[in-house]
Amino acid sequence: MSGASTVTEYQATHTVPGRMGVWWFLASEIMVFGGFLAVYILYRMASHGAWAAMAEHVSAPIGTFNTVVLLTSSLTMVKAFEAVDKDARDKARNYLLITVLLGVAFLCVKGFEYSHEISMGFTPLSGSFWSFYYVLTGLHGLHVLAGIIANFCLYIMAVRGTLWSKNCQGRVEFAGLYWHLVDVIWIFLFPLLYLSY
Amino acid sequence: MAEQATSEVQHTEQMSFVRKYIFSVDHKVIGKQYLFLSLFMALVAGTMAYYVRWQLAWPETAVPGAGWIPEPTAFSGIIPPEFYNALVTMHGTIMVFFVGMPLLLGAFGNYLLPLMVGARDMAFPRLNMMSFWTIFTASLCMIASFFVEGGSAAAGWTGYAPLSADPIYTGVTWGLNLWIIGLALEFTSFLMGGINFLTTTVTMRAPGMTMLRLPLMVWMQITAAVLFMLSVGPLVAGAILLLLDRTVGTGFFLPGKGGDPLLWQHLFWFFGHPEVYVVLLPGIGAVMEILPVFSRKPIFGYRTIIWSTMVAGVLSFLVWAHHMYVSGMDPNLVMPFSITTILISVPFAVIIFAFMATLWGGSIEFKTPMLYAIGTVTTFIIGGVTGIFNGSPPVDIFIHDTYFVVSHFHFTLFPSVFLGGFAALYFWFPKMFGKMMNETLGKIHFWWTMICFNLVFIPMFVLGMGGHMRRIYNPMQYDFLKPMQGINQFITYSAILLLLGQIPFIVNFFWSMFGGKKAGDNPWNANTLEWATTTPVPHENFDTIPTVYHGPYDYSLPNQNEDWQPQHLEKEPAAVA
Amino acid sequence: MFDWFPKNISTFGGDIDYVFKLIFYIVGIGFLLGELAILFFVVQFRRRDGQKAKYISGDKWPQLGWILIPTVLVLFLDLWIDFAGAKAYDAVKGEMPVHDVIVEVSSKQYNWIITYPGPDGVFATADDITKENDLHVPVNKVIKVVLKSQDVIHSFFVPVLRLKQDILPGRTTDVWFEATETGKYEIACAELCGYGHYTMRGFLHIHSEEEYAAWLAQIWPAE
Ligand code: HEM
Ligand SMILES: [Cu+2]
Ligand SMILES: [Cu+2]
Repeated sequence: MSGASTVTEYQATHTVPGRMGVWWFLASEIMVFGGFLAVYILYRMASHGAWAAMAEHVSAPIGTFNTVVLLTSSLTMVKAFEAVDKDARDKARNYLLITVLLGVAFLCVKGFEYSHEISMGFTPLSGSFWSFYYVLTGLHGLHVLAGIIANFCLYIMAVRGTLWSKNCQGRVEFAGLYWHLVDVIWIFLFPLLYLSY
Repeated sequence: MAEQATSEVQHTEQMSFVRKYIFSVDHKVIGKQYLFLSLFMALVAGTMAYYVRWQLAWPETAVPGAGWIPEPTAFSGIIPPEFYNALVTMHGTIMVFFVGMPLLLGAFGNYLLPLMVGARDMAFPRLNMMSFWTIFTASLCMIASFFVEGGSAAAGWTGYAPLSADPIYTGVTWGLNLWIIGLALEFTSFLMGGINFLTTTVTMRAPGMTMLRLPLMVWMQITAAVLFMLSVGPLVAGAILLLLDRTVGTGFFLPGKGGDPLLWQHLFWFFGHPEVYVVLLPGIGAVMEILPVFSRKPIFGYRTIIWSTMVAGVLSFLVWAHHMYVSGMDPNLVMPFSITTILISVPFAVIIFAFMATLWGGSIEFKTPMLYAIGTVTTFIIGGVTGIFNGSPPVDIFIHDTYFVVSHFHFTLFPSVFLGGFAALYFWFPKMFGKMMNETLGKIHFWWTMICFNLVFIPMFVLGMGGHMRRIYNPMQYDFLKPMQGINQFITYSAILLLLGQIPFIVNFFWSMFGGKKAGDNPWNANTLEWATTTPVPHENFDTIPTVYHGPYDYSLPNQNEDWQPQHLEKEPAAVA
Repeated sequence: MFDWFPKNISTFGGDIDYVFKLIFYIVGIGFLLGELAILFFVVQFRRRDGQKAKYISGDKWPQLGWILIPTVLVLFLDLWIDFAGAKAYDAVKGEMPVHDVIVEVSSKQYNWIITYPGPDGVFATADDITKENDLHVPVNKVIKVVLKSQDVIHSFFVPVLRLKQDILPGRTTDVWFEATETGKYEIACAELCGYGHYTMRGFLHIHSEEEYAAWLAQIWPAE
């Protein structure tokens, strides 16, 4: 993402190439998850209620708790970006750390959920609902993990001070956009998987 | 600035061979890497087509030149049905994803787009490099899949489930997994490429290069990139599910485990139809550049073409189920999809008519690129009109999955990939390699290819009318196909000639590259910016970024001495008045 | 030209062939006109000394008329074709007429398993008879075929009937036909289903009324 500024001396628009790149990436992610969700919904409709019985075995309270965790982390990410914008470096650093920790908390809870479900005998091979459940939440979890790593790198850079160089302009914004996407995907997954029995 | 530029140049000269030619971030080098990759893969997939054709003409006899294939893949040149299915599958897959896309988008898109918009490179050069090495890895996966136990993917390039979803049905294990992984990598590669195409065009145009002064090739490239990005997502989702079915044992597409096989077809074709436009648009984009140059006329209806392309792009997301008229989906869906299918022929009719109108009143010079461009248009028309047969639901009941369809889609894909691709290659070769290609060899290549191509594929329509199924290992099994075996043999003779017809090209390509006549900066007197810079193109493309004063197709303006008007030069006062 | 078609022996096959021919003539004429126009243009407007090309940008409405009017014509012809085809499609895959005879065709790699319900006309009873690859039906009767698949997708294709239907595992798909001529014809599988796909050949025996009665009597003698 850095090469861009070095090769142009003239720019046709004010759009930052990096931002366009991120939006493109998000759009393609949306198409992938859109595909998954469309498939899930079609299957679910075709299952004539058989899946609803399965959906009762996932824990809505834990899911709700995790939703709150993830929403909060989106908020702290916004705060971090605001702080970067105002050049409030300490604040930005702390908010980044909180975002990372909230992400980790989400994954821990998710891991706990998985182990609980597996101990009840619901594995990815226990029927279509569970296959979808594990695939969708698993892929989402991988996205969360990627976001955590990205945010953690930004945090390290903030601690070292390299984040404030001109080269790294926009990074917190881009990571934030991605983090919000991960959040939005969850907002779709949560009701579809947890609340629809 | 000038100082900085010279230091840059020295810097490049000191770059190691590896940085300069292998892990290069220069879009021009990357474009050439794509070019060589796609030409190599064309050779691979073309050879497969030859094996397939031989088997169809003289079933279960030893294929000359296939003796080297070890057992149990083939038996001293005799191709068993398992391998035959793999050949058909991989021929289709490689031609579409590893020849069509890397040639038209990868090679020409990468090479031309920054030059045409007047940028020094792509917006994200390192991502660009990664996109090439990703498709390179993907190609290795595809080739490797032939060497694993069980052989390569053999479920058709469409990979219909459940045949593809459980190894027990085909006996193919890792071959098909590698096929899925290779495709996923290929998709990733072109998603990375697409970011560059769009971002470069939007943010890095030269001063004065408004969106409506862009050469149509650029419009076609970015439309193709966007279509690809919007259509591929659901298929990626499907591919992940398919891979899980195969490896983990889930049952997303296996009815026995509660899955639905039809869903794969929806996902595949939701992508598949836009995908054929992804391959088509850059091909006719090259035609749009070449026709004006060699008829010394503006392209007819610049804006109309852009609008038509957009309309076709949007419609391409609404037609996918025309591939599924007899699939067993809800018959009530058939009529709506046949109407959208019919409608999509309208924007393409506009574009074809615009091409014809461009020729009218021109001063046409028949250089090899122009011959190829005209050849693309004339043969693509056949692909277009035969699409009407397929789009008609009752007729499709009979011709679906027959050679009629095979011939139809070759009449759309071959013109865009190979005829359009050759047009582009003969046209831009002087810029890319600094040498002119040989005209005589070029013309021999053109007529040979054109004639043999038609001799291969027109008889296939007849086979299709006779009910000849596609993906059939041995047509002699059926009494009703036996009388047509002569046609099958004729097609195979023609196909062999078609492949041999590429020898003049290969000779010309390498001979010109090393010993050809030196090309000037602008051998065709063309207007667009890639011709405004010197040949060979310097590092970072332009010594100074040009300023653009008008659209790309101002040929033969009235009251001017020259019949061309480069985009970076102001009009002569006489014309302005 | 249309001799290439296999013989047609179904009641609806003629309509399908008619639509094919209709399209053939319409697009054939369009195709010829288009190609001839291109040929004429490239000959007429080839480069000649001292002759300059015309500057026509084609972005003004009167000029655009030259391509938009033919386009409207294309649209009109397209719609004509589509609506002409709708009826023919409906006949084959739309509402099914009341059937006289019912059989079940179950496909598996790489055979057609054909089940006759027997005199009681009901499947899954003791008098069902199952045969491989031979489908016997009477002429001039409406036959309902219940299609099933035991493994992957196959496609029930009878060229002389102009009938093709993919068979999805896990579902039943019904098709019908009425043959107008007796004889023995081939059934093919039209959807790649594995390495033996090309061997999935069956036979459709269309019997005259007497022949069919004899065949029935031979299979269910003690009725
Ligand atoms: C070099 C000339 C070519 C020849 C002789 C050729 C020949 C063939 C043949 C014989 C088949 C198999 C038909 C069957 O038995 O089902 C086939 C299938 C196919 N070809 Fe080509 N082809 C050529 C070029 C191309 C090009 C340029 C493309 C696309 C860019 C292409 C895309 C396909 C596809 C997608 C299939 C379908 C594969 C499948 O059924 O899964 N071919 N071709
Ligand atoms: Cu399509
Ligand atoms: Cu089959």
